[in-house]
Amino acid sequence: MFKGGFIQNLPKIYGLYTGGFLVFIIMMAIAEQAGVTAKTIGILFVAFTVAIYALIGYLSRTVQVDAYYLAGRQVPTVFNGMATAADWMSGASFVALAGGVYFGGYSYMAFLVGWTGGYVLVSTLLAPYLRKFGCYTVPDFIGTRYGGNGVRFCAVLVLVLASFTYVTAQINATGTIAARALGIPFEAGVWVGLVSILLCSMLGGMRAVTWTQVAQYIVLIIAYLIPVFWISNKIGAGVFPHLMLGDEVARITELESQFGLVKNSAADMKSAGVPGGLKSIAVAHAGVGAGGMAVWKYISLAICMMVGTASLPHILMRYFTTPSVKSARKSVAWSLFFIFLLYSSAPMLATLSKISLMDPNLSTGIIGKSIADVQSIEWVKQWSSQKQVFIADFNGDGILQLNEWFMRTGVVVLATPEVAGLPYVISGLVAAGGMAAAMSTADGLILAIANALSHDVYYNMIDPKADVRKRLIVARVLLLVIGAAGAYIASMRITSILGAVAWAFDFAMSGLFFPLVLGVWWKRATREGAIAGMLSGLAAGTMYLIWVYPKFMGNPAWLGIDHLRFGLIGAPVCLVVMVVVSLMTKAPDAATQRMVDEVRVPSGKSILGRAH
Amino acid sequence: MSNKEKHWQKTRGHMFMTLALWAFFSMVIFLFGYEINSMSFLGYPLAYYMTAQGSLLAFVIIIFWFANKQEKIDEEFGFGEKED
Repeated sequence: MFKGGFIQNLPKIYGLYTGGFLVFIIMMAIAEQAGVTAKTIGILFVAFTVAIYALIGYLSRTVQVDAYYLAGRQVPTVFNGMATAADWMSGASFVALAGGVYFGGYSYMAFLVGWTGGYVLVSTLLAPYLRKFGCYTVPDFIGTRYGGNGVRFCAVLVLVLASFTYVTAQINATGTIAARALGIPFEAGVWVGLVSILLCSMLGGMRAVTWTQVAQYIVLIIAYLIPVFWISNKIGAGVFPHLMLGDEVARITELESQFGLVKNSAADMKSAGVPGGLKSIAVAHAGVGAGGMAVWKYISLAICMMVGTASLPHILMRYFTTPSVKSARKSVAWSLFFIFLLYSSAPMLATLSKISLMDPNLSTGIIGKSIADVQSIEWVKQWSSQKQVFIADFNGDGILQLNEWFMRTGVVVLATPEVAGLPYVISGLVAAGGMAAAMSTADGLILAIANALSHDVYYNMIDPKADVRKRLIVARVLLLVIGAAGAYIASMRITSILGAVAWAFDFAMSGLFFPLVLGVWWKRATREGAIAGMLSGLAAGTMYLIWVYPKFMGNPAWLGIDHLRFGLIGAPVCLVVMVVVSLMTKAPDAATQRMVDEVRVPSGKSILGRAH
Repeated sequence: MSNKEKHWQKTRGHMFMTLALWAFFSMVIFLFGYEINSMSFLGYPLAYYMTAQGSLLAFVIIIFWFANKQEKIDEEFGFGEKED
């Protein structure tokens, strides 16, 4: 049945895998009917999928450097697109995105535009050129293009800062999901999550991560789309929700004016004992704020996320693995297509979830019903006991008003199947999807950091004579150390999931965007310019973050640039400093100029060889 | 002008064209978010639709178009890569 090599058989292998997963879902549904408890089904879902990823990770083990760092440069276009999509869509995208749309409305949806539009920058400005360069890591490009260990080290610094902020959030998410599905404490869940993550990447590096990410993408997209389509059909909203929810959006707007959108005061919430982090619906679902500031807030957030996307090393390095420059370009398009499938569904899920809850004509609606009745609903009981939902009867009338219902944002995705009355097997599936999303991103990030430290710092700076075996041992030890550090910080629960994720984009854009882009597009850019740009951009961004973030110095935001947008300070500083210093220093030598010329042409050999 | 320079000039032009489309769908239309939201598309308010789905879809199409056209530019100047 399998003629030819592994790569030729990929469509068959993953086709079988997808079929197997669907059969597994059906078996779980039958098991549920036969009386297997919800808890067992949850455990089986997470355990089964994680075991499959670990198996793929083991089968992809390798002792070759180019396989470890570049997956042998033979990942086909479409599969690399899927792997990138899994790499990209984090636990936050999966668990918190629909919830963010649910509570944040239009202004929050700037994230949707930002996290997709960035790929246009990736494909036009960077991916094909970095592929032609043939680097193992992003600092590898900076270090070779500008020449010298100093500039390489600065790039490693930005990479570690941006990726590490991001990775703790991912390990946090795996911990949350593992803890819920397996019924263990969060702190233990974090370590279980970490072990699962490392099982995928330890033995095979980029090769193992690539093939597990494809598998994880398949699980997460199935887990996201099934509930959206199911609920939409169940409540008669339309066969194809993405095209047919116009009426529901209008109905929500109507219900909002009927119930009234009330923003609770902090004092009221405190005296009623609402747990921290829970929100009520206080922002219009589809309305757009008027005025220049609203426009600026939207566009500035979108810009930060777009530019940040184009500077995140764990995404850029996925395009080093394709067989050719043109497949790198096409692969960006496929990545965005696969991302689009999930991102365009998030607002639909938010709409369906909200209308299920709000519309008194639906059997699932709870707003306007008596609080005693609502509190006896099974899912409300369950999620209340975990402090994920909360009811505060502010006016004491015993009827649930819209502003008296509180939820944590993550609950929107995790609980919607139950809210809409879907069987538990769907909730188990959603947990497996969330786990896949968080694991795949964490794997990509940990690998990006460990590879930069092992290839750029250890091999290029400390011990250039190290043999292959030693390099790969160092790479794996670093993987373990970084994962453990991330898990340790995550287990201390410092930031909420989404704050930290946005910061990673701002750090990356402050320090890396212009050095990368100008490295390809401006021959005159010099080493001194790049070093000065990276350091000053990063310093300016970080100082502004400290100045403005409420938990640090908490100064009022300048021109609406708050802690989610500090890259708007860092990146321009980086650009100006880099250009000025480059022009003040001697132009790069002829060899470097030739190298840049060579990068700009797709055909011919890559600048750095397969093994370097 | 050498072949390489001509190729780069055309590549750069294509890049600017692509980024202009990108800027339109990512920023320009949202400058008018409030104004266009009273219009409707597929039954959705227009600004809501664009941020929830429309711009995202536009980006997907833009990148496929960009990649195809860039391949043609590369082939025109003899820099196309052979199939492997």
